[in-house]
Amino acid sequence: MPRLTLVEGINLALARAMEEDASVVVLGEDVGRNGGVFRATAGLQARFGEGRVADTPLAEGLIAGMAVGMAAEGLKPVAEIQFAGFAYAAIDQLLNHASRLRHRTQGRLSCPMVLRTPCGAGIHAPEHHSESPEAMFAHIPGLRVVTPSSPARAYGLLLAAIADPDPVVFLEPSRLYRRFKEEVEDDGEALPLDRAFVVREGTDLTVVAWGAMVHDALEAADALAGEGVFAEVIDLATVKPIDFDTVLASVKKTGRCLVVSEAPRTCGLASEVSAVVSEQGLLSLLAPVERVTGWDCVTPLARLEARYLPDAARVAAAARRLLAYQ
Amino acid sequence: MSIAARFEVRFTAFLDAQGQPLGPLPAFAADPATLVPDYRAMVLMRALDAKAVAMQRTGQIGTYASTLGKEAIDAGIAHALAPEDVVLPSYRESGILMLRGVSPHRVFLYWGGDERGSVFPESPRDFPFNVPIASQLPHAAGVAYAMTLRGERRAALAICGDGATSKGDFYEALNAAGVWRLPMVVLVVNNQYAISVPRRLQSAAQTLAQKAIAAGVDCEQVDGNDVIAVRDAATRSLERARSGGGPMLIEALTYRLCDHTTADDATRYRSAEELAGQWRAEPILRLRNFLASRGIWTKEKEENLHREVAERVRETVRKYLETTPPQPEQMFRHLYARLPRAYAWQLAALKESEEERDAAPHPG
Repeated sequence: MPRLTLVEGINLALARAMEEDASVVVLGEDVGRNGGVFRATAGLQARFGEGRVADTPLAEGLIAGMAVGMAAEGLKPVAEIQFAGFAYAAIDQLLNHASRLRHRTQGRLSCPMVLRTPCGAGIHAPEHHSESPEAMFAHIPGLRVVTPSSPARAYGLLLAAIADPDPVVFLEPSRLYRRFKEEVEDDGEALPLDRAFVVREGTDLTVVAWGAMVHDALEAADALAGEGVFAEVIDLATVKPIDFDTVLASVKKTGRCLVVSEAPRTCGLASEVSAVVSEQGLLSLLAPVERVTGWDCVTPLARLEARYLPDAARVAAAARRLLAYQ
Repeated sequence: MSIAARFEVRFTAFLDAQGQPLGPLPAFAADPATLVPDYRAMVLMRALDAKAVAMQRTGQIGTYASTLGKEAIDAGIAHALAPEDVVLPSYRESGILMLRGVSPHRVFLYWGGDERGSVFPESPRDFPFNVPIASQLPHAAGVAYAMTLRGERRAALAICGDGATSKGDFYEALNAAGVWRLPMVVLVVNNQYAISVPRRLQSAAQTLAQKAIAAGVDCEQVDGNDVIAVRDAATRSLERARSGGGPMLIEALTYRLCDHTTADDATRYRSAEELAGQWRAEPILRLRNFLASRGIWTKEKEENLHREVAERVRETVRKYLETTPPQPEQMFRHLYARLPRAYAWQLAALKESEEERDAAPHPG
């Protein structure tokens, strides 16, 4: 089985989907001849032609809006926005059109599109290239928001997102693109959407994370294990809708819940997880739900991004506080 | 110094305000009888529109965007469309949708506050009303792209107003259509006002049509109160688009004889004199004068038409009022292809609260 990076997993899933379904098209800035600025679409245009892998004019609203039109007309567009910081121009189309076309026509038209974009800090990129906007998308009824944490998960979740009959925002943590390799079997098997994955079993506390933070949570769990504390780590994977069945089952077992998110704290998804676990898991909880998040500040430029990002040390420290709570 | 580029914008009108030909008419108008269906459609459109406004005034539908004054545009465009084309309307295109076969009671349902008003079984590929401004133009580019990719002989027609031409979406979509030579026609209904903001404050461009030129897209301007001119331009443009000739922008000059919507009061920003002057150029009278002058429209036909139209309006209102009210569950229906498990409890909670509401003793 080949060992691939996350971005290679994305590329493989795109190629597979395009091979299997002629209605799948890729569009975005630099996705064609250049293969995308991160090379997520490398080789696709040579293989599937300019019609199905289209370099668009430089306009994010257009890219998202065209995807809506393509999807309503029967294609399965996979649009790329070059960085999440530029996706805000596309939010109008996602919010006012993609997410509600099925409902507002009562099922007459639908919008099976995927909008992929790299997200998150940690690659020393310029301004506007390091945002974590998942909560902004997750607030939109009718959308799905999915974020992978590993090459195999990227492959399987992207196939699922493309096959899904509704619009999916697919957030790819850019600092995981080439961070590690994993065996990815090109079997065309999609992973389930709307399902969280227990990536490490434990008994003493539940750590909920998604995207790149899953790795900081796992690193913290390693450190805690050395102290005799066994953390269960959950990768939400689909952050809208959230699989609370899995989260609450875990909290019932462990009695403690820590939510880890790279995004700013206020009104973030960690707040939502915390609220639901508090509402529905209260009688299981031995301590208040705690959040470890990015600060409520502008995502800083490269020199300070390591100070902004939550890391394993902050996660482990919060876990120790939870364990000590009485 | 040399000239890097030159352009000109053609304006076409065939009838003057009194309905007299300004010159030779296009081939289809050689037999004026072919314009009778357009005339009938325009009269029906105006009657349905008047009814919708009246029903808003009496609280039977919600805020409504009147179509008064743009009847020639809807009739001319509808005539040029093929069933397999896709229309992407703004919110003022009730007429075109009706002429595409959509039952007019759906329009009443939509403005009456029911999502089922956007179910068009009679024209299933057409888009619903687009309330945000110009955001349907990128959709049209996507629709046209899909048509091209599949090698189909179809076209996408997006319709927007003069205000929409100030938006980025307008230019972005035209630009894309130009790059890929998409089978897309954009019709700008220039009715001189974006709510209260007049055309002169919307753009310093001499014509709105010429905005297409910057995107490498051909354009023309027509008299939007002249159904012959609209039909002529729309037919040529759509046929050209379907056969691979590329996109086109048509600016149709007209005047909004009504308020922006029933929630607006246009007397705040324009004079009675201005409005009265524009009534003298309105499209229905013009076409009737033309048809009468050719001896194919009579007082008797007019009276019969008004009787037919009144019946059609009654039938529309009846169908609208007879539609069962939307049930609260409709909020969740078709939200997703399958409602995610995570939200199913909300639907259950909604139903439960509805049952409690029904079971509660009636106040008073």
